[in-house]
Amino acid sequence: MHPAPSVIVFTTLSGLGFGLLAFLGLGMPDVTGGVAFLFFALGYALAVGGLLAATFHLGNKKNATKAFSQWRTSWLSREGVASVAALLVMAPFAIGRIFLGVDLTALGWIGALLSLGTVFTTSMIYAQLTTVPRWNMRWTPVLFLTHALAGGALLAGQITAAAILLAVLGLILILSWRQGDAQFDESGASLETATGLGSIGTVRQLEPPHSGQNYLLKEMAYQVGRKHSAKLRAIALGLGVVLPVLCLTVLPFSHMIALVAVLSHIAGVAAGRWLFFAEAKHVVSLYYGR
Amino acid sequence: MTALPETTEKKLGLVIDLDTCVGCHACVVNCKEWNTSNYGEPLSDMDAYGAEPEGTFLNRVHSYEVTPASGCAQTVHFPKSCLHCEDAPCVTVCPTGASYKRVEDGIVLVNENDCMGCGLCAWACPYGARELDSLAGIMKKCTLCVDRIYNENLPEEDREPACVRTCPAGARHFGDLGDPDSDVSQLVAERGGMDLMPEMGTKPVNKYLPPREKDTLLADMALAPTSEEPKGFLKWLDKALEAL
Ligand code: SF4
Ligand code: SF4
Repeated sequence: MHPAPSVIVFTTLSGLGFGLLAFLGLGMPDVTGGVAFLFFALGYALAVGGLLAATFHLGNKKNATKAFSQWRTSWLSREGVASVAALLVMAPFAIGRIFLGVDLTALGWIGALLSLGTVFTTSMIYAQLTTVPRWNMRWTPVLFLTHALAGGALLAGQITAAAILLAVLGLILILSWRQGDAQFDESGASLETATGLGSIGTVRQLEPPHSGQNYLLKEMAYQVGRKHSAKLRAIALGLGVVLPVLCLTVLPFSHMIALVAVLSHIAGVAAGRWLFFAEAKHVVSLYYGR
Repeated sequence: MTALPETTEKKLGLVIDLDTCVGCHACVVNCKEWNTSNYGEPLSDMDAYGAEPEGTFLNRVHSYEVTPASGCAQTVHFPKSCLHCEDAPCVTVCPTGASYKRVEDGIVLVNENDCMGCGLCAWACPYGARELDSLAGIMKKCTLCVDRIYNENLPEEDREPACVRTCPAGARHFGDLGDPDSDVSQLVAERGGMDLMPEMGTKPVNKYLPPREKDTLLADMALAPTSEEPKGFLKWLDKALEAL
């Protein structure tokens, strides 16, 4: 799948943002006033910035508000509804903490749930697609949620929780790569089933239907990522998990080191996300002999 | 509404004969012509006269080579457009309600006034049947020529999809696949019509007829030679030339 920068930025940033908002909703860290303002501003900036980035790849932005209408069937629509609900519910909670010094605990919990719910709906947009076997597995929502929790804990300054969640994230990354690698074969799709000609023999493409590019090839038959897979996995794991964990556990705590941990984590997650798209093979590429 | 109807009154669709298709791409051209000048946004071309032309098409013809375990390989031309699936994943993923399946005839359509061009439906389709038009920014797909098949301004014989009407080989058939007595259903039953990628669970309405089995030539099928051996001077010349 084509790794569109807008979608990578969106899933990376909004995942972090909603993860941070979830921790803030649970009162971790237990902050009020100016400090609370900084935390909430960061959470909102990441979550909203990510959502805005996602609208960049729309072909017809003027209809974007209609995306809230089909929540009964569409995960993309549910994501829209959940994200707005999370941001709205968190707002009075944030205002209470920042300006009034009050803790609207119940509202915070609901906001935290909605924040994680938003991340879940995002993951389901990918996990529901039988056409992209690498995404079409239970690990996809687990992976997205762990990303949000680990990143959120890191940004919220929850050192112990972040170290543990990052380690879990590393494990889940490895497991999901392993299962992901097997998914295409397990889906059973091949050029033989795609053409229905498998009962006669083996099939290969003789001539493509068009000599130039088209939307399908650009969007769904992207191949560059697959050959750099091993390197990018190492980068994603090293920067996203190993380095931040070392920063949190081995080195003495300082704001500088915390910043290194956060930036390294974001870079690692972005690399992993790039791979998440670039490595995923859509069954339609079979028709093009790819 | 992007919920799928429980059932549809009809299941209009195509039956494509892979035995008969000669790969001439006439259906591709006629589809483009009809659908760029009628229903909805035109099917745009980019860099049409430049080095890298590309454009939006609702129907494309692939060509494959099939090699059996023993015997000769064969070429199969393979037209592909929307299969108007019963369990159309492209419809249920749509967040705006633009994609829908009609209750009356099962045709899957995009309401272009609602589409936001997110492309998710194209991701959900296993068959590459949807293309986002890069000029209009909205999703285009086969409409089964919904603006021809019910169009009383057209002569009766033209009230079928443009691709079917134009196919010079008669490789494309249109009808109600929900009616077991229809011509298309009979054809599917007779020729073992098949679904593409059934493992994707989409239950396509369109069916493909596999290439017929090749004849095997038996000894007594060969015709006796009909030409006569040359005589006289020609016989001598024939021999002389052969000896050279
Ligand atoms: S062929 Fe693709 S676009 Fe057409 S109904 Fe099936 S899934 Fe949808
Ligand atoms: S591209 Fe248009 S029709 Fe397709 S899912 Fe998005 S809004 Fe719906």
